[in-house]
Amino acid sequence: MIFDNILIYFAIVPLLTLGGLALCNNKGIKAIRAVAVTGASVLVALALYLVKLFLDARGAGDTSEMILRSDYMWYAPLNIKLALGVDGVSVVMILLSAFIVLTGVFASWKINPLPKQFFLWFFLLSTGVFGFFISIDLFTMFMFYEVALIPMYLLIGIWGSGNKNYSAMKLTLMLMGGSAFLMLALIGIYFHSAADGNYTMNILEIAKNNAVPQSWQLYLFPMAFVGFGVLGAMFPFHTWSPDGHASAPTAVSMLHAGVLMKLGGYGCFRIAIYLMPYAANVIGPVFLTLTGISIVYGAFSACVQTDLKYINAYSSVSHCGMVLFAILMFNQTAMTGAVLQMLSHGLMTALFFALIGMIYGRTHTRDIREMGGMMQIMPYLGVGYVIAGLASLGLPGLSGFVAEMTIFFGSFEHPDMFHRVFTIAGASSIVITAVYILRVVGKLLFGAVQNEHHRELTDASWDERVATAVLIVCVAIIGCFPNFFVNIITDSFLPVVDALKNAM
Amino acid sequence: MDYSQFLLMPQEVGLLLVFLLVFIYDTFMPQRSQRALPVFTTVLFAIYTAICFVPCEVGSAFAGMIETNQATWAMKNILNVGMLIVLMQAAKWTNEEFMRVRRGEFYELLLLTLFGMFLMISARHFLLFVIGLETASLPIACLAAFEKKRYESHEAAAKYVFTAIFSSAIFLLGISFVYGIAGTLYYNDIATMIIGQKSTLLVVALAFVIAGVGFKLSLVPFHQWTADVYQGAPTAVTAYLSVISKGAAAFSFLVIMAQVFGAAYSTAWEWMLYAVIILTITIGNLFAMRQHNLKRFLAFSSISQAGYIMLGVIAANTLGMASMMYYVLVYVFSNLAAFGVIAAIERQTGKTTTDDYNGLFKTNPWLSFTMMLAMFSLGGIPPFAGFFSKFFIFVGACKTGSVAVYVLVLIALVNTIISLYYYLLVVKAMFIRQDDCAIPTLKSSCGERAAMIVCALGIILIGLASCIYTSLTEYTAAIANIFSQI
Repeated sequence: MIFDNILIYFAIVPLLTLGGLALCNNKGIKAIRAVAVTGASVLVALALYLVKLFLDARGAGDTSEMILRSDYMWYAPLNIKLALGVDGVSVVMILLSAFIVLTGVFASWKINPLPKQFFLWFFLLSTGVFGFFISIDLFTMFMFYEVALIPMYLLIGIWGSGNKNYSAMKLTLMLMGGSAFLMLALIGIYFHSAADGNYTMNILEIAKNNAVPQSWQLYLFPMAFVGFGVLGAMFPFHTWSPDGHASAPTAVSMLHAGVLMKLGGYGCFRIAIYLMPYAANVIGPVFLTLTGISIVYGAFSACVQTDLKYINAYSSVSHCGMVLFAILMFNQTAMTGAVLQMLSHGLMTALFFALIGMIYGRTHTRDIREMGGMMQIMPYLGVGYVIAGLASLGLPGLSGFVAEMTIFFGSFEHPDMFHRVFTIAGASSIVITAVYILRVVGKLLFGAVQNEHHRELTDASWDERVATAVLIVCVAIIGCFPNFFVNIITDSFLPVVDALKNAM
Repeated sequence: MDYSQFLLMPQEVGLLLVFLLVFIYDTFMPQRSQRALPVFTTVLFAIYTAICFVPCEVGSAFAGMIETNQATWAMKNILNVGMLIVLMQAAKWTNEEFMRVRRGEFYELLLLTLFGMFLMISARHFLLFVIGLETASLPIACLAAFEKKRYESHEAAAKYVFTAIFSSAIFLLGISFVYGIAGTLYYNDIATMIIGQKSTLLVVALAFVIAGVGFKLSLVPFHQWTADVYQGAPTAVTAYLSVISKGAAAFSFLVIMAQVFGAAYSTAWEWMLYAVIILTITIGNLFAMRQHNLKRFLAFSSISQAGYIMLGVIAANTLGMASMMYYVLVYVFSNLAAFGVIAAIERQTGKTTTDDYNGLFKTNPWLSFTMMLAMFSLGGIPPFAGFFSKFFIFVGACKTGSVAVYVLVLIALVNTIISLYYYLLVVKAMFIRQDDCAIPTLKSSCGERAAMIVCALGIILIGLASCIYTSLTEYTAAIANIFSQI
């Protein structure tokens, strides 16, 4: 039975939450909150249990590539299955998503108007995200991927702020544009998935068959990589990201930067690189150049922005660029660093956006020139912001340091000039990050109070404290106990790295 | 004459029976019970639709003029379901005062055109096909002119009748060329005669046939009538035209291609169709972006959808054919959902532009929800059925393996993004834009509501329930005999 596999519940629980929310009365905000929090908490519990299952399986000597595998035939004529399975990377991504969803619910505690509809779309988006991480069938994965994209349009369009119509449309069209290329790539992979004509959509089988001809790989790889790269905010396809983040409501920014952009990085290595290693070796350097530009360009752009959300959005471009950059280094250390960076960036950016949303909710401005002295006025939020900033610029003990160190160690392993130059260029972004983070911290938190009305503002309420505290603790845990995560993640990259070596 | 042959065309006979009953009711029932005619017809048709799902006997009748197989059976059932939804939507509208004396005609003509479409699908002889084509085309002109008081309605009828006649003429010319080459009008005989032939006359004949059917399908460059007719005709008729008429034309085109021309000099028709598909999808999309009237907007959107439907023909394999039938099925539900909402709103307020829909979600959440489902499904957004049908039709086309078709699919995919833009504009108007004088809360009739619920359920479930697509792939094997020889 399909319900025997614990993984399917990651899709079912959000759907049940959706159903529960649909039954709620539009006015009964308490019931809506209760259902949403319950759903999100169950997801966190499931995710933690999944980590335990994974550790037990690995501890018991199970070295198979994916655990909890099961297939359910869906569309027999095309051999499309609901194929489930997780490896270390998916496990930590699921864990991350669960935490962001939970904190996102708390961050949108007072969402207005139409709270019920907001949470409906929010959980539809989560369904897509979790479905994407649990499935290893190209079609199902792609379906969940698109399920995660479309709610963004309405979430930004209805509950967003500023130039929301433009941002929502731009974001949706750019991401859907990417997925159009992706769809063609998937169809192309499908029709070359087996040499004997028994085509399959299962990622593991395709990788094992290794039958995609080299000439086709050269066409399909860029499509797949760009398709996911758009979501990973790869230069020059990143322009949706600043506008989208700036207009989105808090929880959506959190979920988007925290989880959705990770779908891009995850897809890049799971589908593009793993299934087409030959083309990855050949074309990889081109994309490496682009991601290198993303890192530096994003950081520099963040330096000149004055809107808090834009600063963070560009910082996201830079950090997510680092994820793709590390993946394209094609060695185990750097790729492990990429996943750590996904975790770190996911939590840290979610924290940032949550804090910005809370500050904005009080001051009704996000322009740093109009604010100052927040540390005196709202010390809790101020301290949270400093912690997020320090994590972002890579202070040891917090998550950013671990991730960036691993990435740059890994990428410096390459003996050739090309990779080393890019590593140095990428590493320079740490300094630029320090510039824009400290600039904001200095101005926003410790500068003179700009507006006397701000003195009357209150500090965080309990729901906001929960959201930020959970994220801060997570950032610190990754920073202090990175080995725990590295052990889960790192073995998952062996098959990819092997495939890349063999294809050389 | 062996009357048992009629048993081989149960769906046609059943439809005629429905027609006769409606006719008798209309003619002989007293005036006071006439208002029950819509309900009577709808219920009768619903029973008929349900009965038609019983698998029928397979075989050919009347010296091979007509063939019934699983594929045609499934096609007709798809059309029946669509027709049923149209009837449900139209019930309230036909009870309005100005329809009083013409209520019966509306249903009779509607049923007759459907009969013509069934003949088009089942015909295995071109003469019978032409009879079906004419039966299916001309009454629609009357239907389009049904709102006698409206100037646009007349314009629509005139435009439709001229293009219908013109396209029939072109089609007949093409058929006469075919007769000149093959000396027969039976599908099978023509197919065996023209296999491997490379005569120029055949290419010309093919071009004429594609043009003739292209008018019905409103493929670019034969699409000019579409927007005006869709806008002018009563919304129920527009829905019928855009879904049932187009679906039937697509099905019969598929049958003709699969059974007659599939094997003939295949590159000729493939390249013709290739160009037509690119033009249809792109031009339909580009024009749809600029429309404010929703009926016009859906006209152009359905032009571009026809291009996607044709991808299933160019695939020339069973997978493509099954995907095409599936696509039409999904398109029936999605487009009828959209037209259901438009008709319900137009009937009560007379408003049909996108701007009128501003703030609709606040006042009419269920109408907006249905419309949103329709738009998402037409735009190919999962988990709605439109995503699956788009994916499968692309897979079917790509199965040919040629790079040219991959390029075609890429163009189609880029167009999906453009189409998504304008579908989202409607969603934006309803959900995001605010308007103080938005359409007030409306009360839809039972029929309209039922139709919307059926459509919404269809949009949500057809994609997730894989058995529908799986069985379609089995049915299409029956008509794929020629394609498989290529």
